[in-house]
Amino acid sequence: MFESVLLIEFFIFVLAVFVGFEVITKVPPTLHTPLMSGANAISGIAILGALLVAGQEDVTVGAIIGFMAVILATVNVVGGFMVTDRMLQMFKKSPVDKN
Amino acid sequence: MNDFDFDLFIGALYLVAVILFVLGLKRLASPKTARSGNCIASLGMLIAVVVTLVDREIVSFELIIAGIIVGAIIGSIMARAIKMTAMPQMVAVFNGLGGAASALVAAGVFHGNISDGTDMSMDVSVTIMIGTLIGAVTFSGSLIAFGKLQEIIATRPVTFPLQKTFSLLLFVGILAMIGYLVIEPDMTVFIGLSVACLLLGILLVIPIGGADMPVVISLLNSYSGLAAASAGFVLGNVMLIIAGALVGAAGLILTQIMTKAMNRSLVNVVFGAFGAVETVSGSVDPGRETRPVREVAHEDSAVMLAYARSVIFVPGYGLAVAQAQHQLKELGALIEANGVAVKYAIHPVAGRMPGHMNVLLAEADVPYDKLYDLEQINDEFSSTDVVVVVGANDVVNPGARDDAGSPIYGMPILNVDRAGQVIVLKRSLSPGFAGIDNDLFYKGNTSMLFGDARESLVRVIAAIEDL
Repeated sequence: MFESVLLIEFFIFVLAVFVGFEVITKVPPTLHTPLMSGANAISGIAILGALLVAGQEDVTVGAIIGFMAVILATVNVVGGFMVTDRMLQMFKKSPVDKN
Repeated sequence: MNDFDFDLFIGALYLVAVILFVLGLKRLASPKTARSGNCIASLGMLIAVVVTLVDREIVSFELIIAGIIVGAIIGSIMARAIKMTAMPQMVAVFNGLGGAASALVAAGVFHGNISDGTDMSMDVSVTIMIGTLIGAVTFSGSLIAFGKLQEIIATRPVTFPLQKTFSLLLFVGILAMIGYLVIEPDMTVFIGLSVACLLLGILLVIPIGGADMPVVISLLNSYSGLAAASAGFVLGNVMLIIAGALVGAAGLILTQIMTKAMNRSLVNVVFGAFGAVETVSGSVDPGRETRPVREVAHEDSAVMLAYARSVIFVPGYGLAVAQAQHQLKELGALIEANGVAVKYAIHPVAGRMPGHMNVLLAEADVPYDKLYDLEQINDEFSSTDVVVVVGANDVVNPGARDDAGSPIYGMPILNVDRAGQVIVLKRSLSPGFAGIDNDLFYKGNTSMLFGDARESLVRVIAAIEDL
């Protein structure tokens, strides 16, 4: 349909933004921080790009740049998901068996 | 034929990962399912990473494995060691890392194309430049936000003459460099562009004051998603584009909730520092500081709380600073055991990031169904015996509701002044981060309990136990 791949990608981007809006509206304030840090861990998806840049045949300046990107993105992903889980573990409802 | 099957296989797994991200985010929006949502999203990430590794575009694994090991160790240590009171800083750092990774991806691709002598089409080079811009701004902006939250950098708005003009010129310079690089790819100019983008990130965040941090943090969260998406455009990788877009939207929603809770527009928060400083200096009338306030002893506070029918606690940033969440919970549980109805009222922008107070109180084992938002609880204050304000200031300032001359006029506040009695735990009478005097402190039904919040709470608890 389109000649330009970029245009198709842009369509995907815009539709994904709308999906994001629809999925996340009405999030209760209790979950604002975990949502933020969980979403942030997902933004560590840049790790895929880092892998592709770091995985070149020779160790060039480009591969070193990729290597640094892999480290930063992995910290983002691993730390982000773990700290989110640590927070969510703490959220508890009132015990029901009070009466 | 085999090639085609392999691509299909990779694509199908990417699709699975995308679906897991969407489901994970959806579940993150409800307390019951949030933890599983986070797990589902992380499973999606694992699949996406493994799929990328088995894809044949990657030929050398040494650096990758080393990078993943180093990153995973650092990340897990940080996630375990961080104190809940320091969560805003942590989120700021992670936002910055995501941005930096995305910028580095763009830089790596640019460098690779230049050293290979690959001709870059307009599409490719423009996406590389945009990826660098968003990633670098996210990175340096987040570092400044971290510095402010950690109080390495002044938390008040930092401004200098002609700041806006300078930022604007810098932005024009960045656009010019991008234009040049699209026509004439050159590594030196590219480095110049990167430095300029980093500087822009610093200039965008440094004029923003501590109390506006919830907006900044959620905005940077959104940027970190957009940075990932722009790296996706650079690589033509749909997975990055979709995941980045989802995060961008999530951050934007939070930003919107925060600005609404402050009755300000995003433009006003990001570019309003100059105006804010002027109005604040104009509005603080030194004469008002001499008005009498009523101080209260720990023992009297104990009596008020122990014999009340209903008590609402209103925590603010001061609770995090004093690390008094456990003591607050202890006090709440103690009077609750005596038959007092206890609730917690949380203003959306209390603290330094969205949901800051909720996380702190969750850490102290306060059940989340005892925490009420502004709309849920605001009508209850008038029928409440005692309200205890712990380290909150601007979010309980009646001036925002009644005084059209107040710089924060129009910001929705918790109507604590309508309660029977108000006890304010505060270090001193100094105004809050917005620098605005608070009429609440001078009202007839308000008692001030001066001192460190944690120490005050401990003494009140002891006094109640002695009753």
